[in-house]
Amino acid sequence: MVKPTRVTNSIRPLREQAGLTQAELAKRIGVTRQTLIAIEQGKYSPTLELAFQISRVFGVGLDDVFQYPQE
Amino acid sequence: MVYEERNTWAGLVVTVIAMTVYVVVVLQAAGGGPLTDVDWWPIMLWTIVGGIVVTIVVSILWGILAGMRDPDGVGKSDQRDRDIAHMGERVGTAFLALGGIAVIVLCAFEADWFWIANTMFFGFAISNIVGSIARVIAYRRGLV
Repeated sequence: MVKPTRVTNSIRPLREQAGLTQAELAKRIGVTRQTLIAIEQGKYSPTLELAFQISRVFGVGLDDVFQYPQE
Repeated sequence: MVYEERNTWAGLVVTVIAMTVYVVVVLQAAGGGPLTDVDWWPIMLWTIVGGIVVTIVVSILWGILAGMRDPDGVGKSDQRDRDIAHMGERVGTAFLALGGIAVIVLCAFEADWFWIANTMFFGFAISNIVGSIARVIAYRRGLV
């Protein structure tokens, strides 16, 4: 059983706002489209480096892309 | 399906089939007699070599077919593939260690070479199968 992550993200709305397809965003951050889909759906937690790359594409801070609930 | 997932599936399916064929051939060679009388090592060697060759061929053919549909994704790996591969190795290593311990126990009791070699062989195979299953599940269900 896969332990669900508490990290959520806003990649999909930010991507749609930027007018990017999954394939285009995946290419810009150097991953496969399947990996981007997994990240968007919260099925894969990206490395910190990849998280920064994603936020740089959208020109926003890391906190605007990834959220972690308060205790 | 990404490149590394295809390779994982190819390795998993070929290993299961190869091990099944190996067991059937060894049992037929024994012909109802003691298994320790079977000339096992040529069968084992052919199973290992055949398994490697078939896995490579299946991966290449599957890659060609997948490349016709998605030319950009052929042969591409990323951080998620590496993370999933590491997780699969960790899971598989536990079973490999169990096989190693079983071999030490068999050596301590001076078991026949047939049992020692086959315990190690199945240790490798089960380690590979379990690790591959863990990887396939991670690709389908997620890795967080």
